[in-house]
Formats: sequence, C-alpha cells, structure tokens
Amino acid sequence: MNVDPWILAFAAVTVFGTIWMGFRAAGSSKTASDFFVAGRSVSVGWNSAAISGEYLSAASFMGIAGMVMSSGYDALWYPVCYACGYLFLLLFIAGPLRRFGAYTIPDFAEGRFDSPLFRRIAVCFVLFIGFFYTMPQMKGAGVTLSYIFPGLPYWVGVAVVGAVITLNVALGGMKGITLVQAVQYWAKMFAISVPAFVLMAVYGSYGGNLKANHTTIESPAPMVAEAVPGVTGATGTIEREPLPEKAPADEKWISPFGSLTTKAATMAGLSGQDAKPYSLLYTYSLIIALVCGTAGLPHILVRFYTNPDGVAAKRTTMWVMILIGVFYVFPPFFGVLGRNLLPELYGNIGAKGTDKIVLELPRILNERFGILGSILSGITCAGAFAAFMSTFSGLLVSITGALAHDVYGRILKPDSTAEQRLRMFKILAVVSGATAILLGFTVEKFEINKLVGWAFAIAATSYFPLLFLSTWWRGITMPGAAIGMLLGGLLSLATVVSTMFADQSPWGAGLKAWYASRPLVRTLAEQPAIWGLPLAMVLMVVVSWLTRSRIPADIRLKMLVLHAPESLGLKQEYIREQEEAGH
Amino acid sequence: MNDDPTTGDDFIHSHEFLHHLMKRQLRLSISCALTFSAVLLALPVLNYFLPEFMAMRVFGFTLTWLILGVLFFPFVWIISWAFIRRSLAMEAEEAERAQRGKVGSR
Repeated sequence: MNVDPWILAFAAVTVFGTIWMGFRAAGSSKTASDFFVAGRSVSVGWNSAAISGEYLSAASFMGIAGMVMSSGYDALWYPVCYACGYLFLLLFIAGPLRRFGAYTIPDFAEGRFDSPLFRRIAVCFVLFIGFFYTMPQMKGAGVTLSYIFPGLPYWVGVAVVGAVITLNVALGGMKGITLVQAVQYWAKMFAISVPAFVLMAVYGSYGGNLKANHTTIESPAPMVAEAVPGVTGATGTIEREPLPEKAPADEKWISPFGSLTTKAATMAGLSGQDAKPYSLLYTYSLIIALVCGTAGLPHILVRFYTNPDGVAAKRTTMWVMILIGVFYVFPPFFGVLGRNLLPELYGNIGAKGTDKIVLELPRILNERFGILGSILSGITCAGAFAAFMSTFSGLLVSITGALAHDVYGRILKPDSTAEQRLRMFKILAVVSGATAILLGFTVEKFEINKLVGWAFAIAATSYFPLLFLSTWWRGITMPGAAIGMLLGGLLSLATVVSTMFADQSPWGAGLKAWYASRPLVRTLAEQPAIWGLPLAMVLMVVVSWLTRSRIPADIRLKMLVLHAPESLGLKQEYIREQEEAGH
Repeated sequence: MNDDPTTGDDFIHSHEFLHHLMKRQLRLSISCALTFSAVLLALPVLNYFLPEFMAMRVFGFTLTWLILGVLFFPFVWIISWAFIRRSLAMEAEEAERAQRGKVGSR
C-alpha cells in the first residue's frame, strides 16, 4: 500500500471534525423534538446551508464529474435538474406543507386524510426511497476509501464509513446534524471550487478544455497538442492525452443524445438518426424524474419543518437554489478536464473508474508543483467525505425517524414514553445503518449518479403526485391517494430494478435479450417517470372520484390551514378542532 | 388579530375566500412553472432539430453546453426570486382582505 500522507491527513481531519461536532451537539439535544426536527428553530441562513449540505451528496460531488467524463453532454441534465427540482418544491409544496405543520411526510399523510392506515403506506415509501438513496452514498464511500488506501477492498470502505456515521446519528440526532451539515456545505463548496480554480489556472479554462473536443461540424481536433510539460493552457494550448479505445468519440461526447441516453437503442442495434427519438424520450423522462423527484425526497422535505413558518420556508428554498446552483457549475469542469488529462480512467470499472475523477485529477499537479497536487487531492477527498457523510446521516435520520416515530411510536407501541422512543431511535439507527451498509456492498459496478437518478424516479412517481394533489385538490380521498402512490411508485421501482437485474446479474441474460429487441420498452423501463407520474395522477383522480363519499369532512378547514397566510391563525383553530374530535 | 377563531360563519371560513385564495396562489405558481418548463423542455427539442446551431462555439463551449451547464442556474434564481416577492405580497394582501371581510360580514 502506498498511502499519500497529505490526502490521508485532509480526509482524517474531515472525519474527526464531523464526529467531534456531532458529539458536541449531542450534549445539547435532549428532547424528542430536538432529535426529530431540531426543535423547529433553525434560521434561514443555517437551514438553507444545512439543506444544501445534506442535498449535495456523493452523486453531486463525485458522480456528476464522473458521468460528464464518461457520457458527456447528456450528464449535464443531472446537476441542472437536481437544482431546478427545488423550484417545483418552492412553487407548489414548500409553503403549504410548512403551514400544515407535521414532523414527517407520514404525519402529513395521516393528518390530511385522517387515516392511520395511510400513514403506514407512506412510511413504506420513506424506507424504499431512503434505502435506495443510501446505496450511491455507500458506493462513494467505498470508492473514496479505496482511493486513499490503494489496494483496500471496496467493501471495507463501505463498512468503515457506514459504521462511523451510524454511530454519529445514534448519538446526535437531527440537531447535531443541522450544525454539521451547514458547515459541510461550505466545506464542499471550498473543496470543489479551490482545486477547480487552481486547475483552470494551470491547464486552461472550462471553455478552452471543452473546445479541444471537436463537434460533428468541425474538422477533427484543431486544438490538440502533444502532452508536453511546460506548455500550458494558460498560454493558449490545451494539453490532451490520447483517448483509449473505450472512451466515446469527441463528436458523440460533446453532442446531446450520446451514449447515456441511447443505450437502449444501441443495444437494439440502432444508430444515428434511428436512435435519436429514443434518446429524446429518455431525456424527457429523466428531466421529469429529477425535477419532480426532488420535491418528493423524504430526507429533504423533513427539513422544511425546521423553518419557523411558511415565509421562512420559501426564503430557505430560494437560498438553497442559489447555494447548490453555484456549486453545480464546478463538477462538470472536472469531467471535461479529466477527459483531456486522465483518459486512462475510461478503461476501469467499479471503484477505479471515472467516478473517482474528482479525487484523482488534482494529483496531476504534482508533476509540476511538488506536493500541491496531493494537497488539493486531499481537499477534494475531504469534500467527498463531507458529501456522503452528510447525505447519509440525513437519510439515516429520516429512515430511523420513520421507524421510531411512526412504526414504533404510532403502530407497534402507541403508549410508549418519550424516553422509550428516544432509546428506540438509537437502536433503530444502528439497525438501519447496518442494512444500508449491506446494500452498499452490492452496487460497486453502478455509476453513482445513475443510482441517485433512480431514487428520484421512484420519488417522482409516488410522493410528488401525492403531495401535489393533496395540497391543491380538495377532491382527493385516501384510497385514491394510496392506490396512485402505491402503483405509481411500485411499478417504477419494479421496472428500474428489472433493468438493473438484466444488466448486472448472470441470471438476467434472458431478460436482457428481451429488452434488447424492444428499445422503446427498455427506455421506458429504465426511465419510468414519463409514464409513472401521469399514471399515479390519473389513478389518484379516478379512484378519488369513485370514492368521493370519503373526502374528509373538515376538508375546507384543512385546505385553509394549507393555504391561508399564517397571520390569520387558522392552525391553532385546526389543532383545537382535532382535539375536540378526539384525533 | 384573530381573537375568537372558533366562531363559525365568518368570511375567512367561507368557500369564496378559500376558492379565491387557492386560485390566486395556483395561478402564480403555474405561471412561474410554465416559464421555467418552456425553457427546460425546449432545450432538448432545439438540440434535436437544430443540432448545428446548438453546437455553435461560444467562449469554447458549445451553445447548448453553455446554456445547460452555466446559464440555466441564474435563470432559475430569477424565477424563484420573482415568485417569492409576488407570493409574499399577495399573501399579505389576502390576509388584510380577510381581516376586513370578517369585520364587514358581522
């Protein structure tokens, strides 16, 4: 093993800093409310940095750069839609949900429909989406640790990082991580931007490096120069290493409708113009999944309840968009530069492939400036740690919260004391953490970003239609909402898993061949949001109409609480009425 | 403010107020969503039908890369800023109207 001491030092500082902050905060989080939603007293500045810190996961920090390097233009949809999803959240969901006031989405589901049964269904989806989303974080952990310690098996990284974070969550709860996550946003921003600026100064600008890739209408590569140390981008010439065979050709890489979105058509033997319609369909479905999925992610929504009121919830959302938007300009640059300078990564798969470009790229500076490259690489490693640690702890809190607050506190043992629930929170955090680690072992071969995209697709076809319609339509009933959410979400989950199975499992060969001859079916199965979302909505409307006698009796008051400005004080009235009715 | 919220038939609890309020909110949200979606969904269509135009070089970027990878973010900030400003103003106005309406209906 040949460990670079600088890289190890930066990574170690991040990990120990995180644990230390978690332990410190643990001392001040005492009540159940502190554990679940940080006592609902977080300011806009802290909360928006914390939401951004939690949101910028391994997919954002490592996955986007890796995917831009491997797939080119098409991968840009990911960062853009990750950020734009917040707009839909802001426009349709953030304000009403906060005014309604509940700890979690299952709380909302039960309160809106007066149905404990629906709470249980909603809890299942918190768990589905939550665990799906932990897998890419675990992959990020495995990749980063095997980069820092060359030769270390992937699974060791997953196990070590998973165990550390689980311990942190079990001891600190949510208040601990609000502080930690706000700090981690700034750590990630620093860790992606500083190395990016240094690399730009040495190897040329974002645009300059992109220009080295010729398009279909240009003559091949006029800018390419041999990789000669000393001839730098700053003076006008862009360095470029020869591309290996496995790398996509320039014109395919830089143009829309490249390898990422045409996979189904390529497998069916189509190419060029014949493949393009499938590619367009894939692109639209991906956009819908990412934009609507953001609004349906349980670990993000729970954070909106830590705003003091609906006005703060809106302001927070806007700041989140600015904070993450600025961040998302940087990762694609690493992908572009990586293609020119470290193309040998194209030949590797799993933990050694393009997903580690953000970690590895700064190290090339060592050729010219001694240890500078190692220091910057250490900084990006620290950022990667911050990324998967913060997202994983957020997910773990929402998964554990769902289990402790809903499954244990409401379903299994409704008469449990606050103390018992708190102890259960800690035990369940360990159980959930262990489950996430086991799931993490299985995903080494998948691209981080793709895994996250799938979690979004499931959220977009289950939670988003639920939240949208129950906020804006008086006529929705519990059976309608439940059937729409279940069928939309489960069918999408099933088709996504079927393509994963077909591609990766030795038993999936038959299915793979079946899909290969049906590019349309394969495209729709791999990106289900374009049919899943309308399906869920139509089911919700139709079933609600059929069961319209079951619209909650106090629907007008519920809608008023969701929509009326808080200064009118309807929330207090609603709570009083619920108590009188014996809920 | 709202001293006796449990009194039944005042203006705040009327069907008209709720209907009017939700309609105004939804109209604002949908108009912002449409502005955003029009640009977002137009981009793949432009890439599809005008590939050469979208591959034009601007500062080394292709036009479509520059729009999607860089310019799209500020565009979304502007929409969200406009939405929040209007939505807060509208809600303040409605709250005031509701208070007045309640007094008027007594």
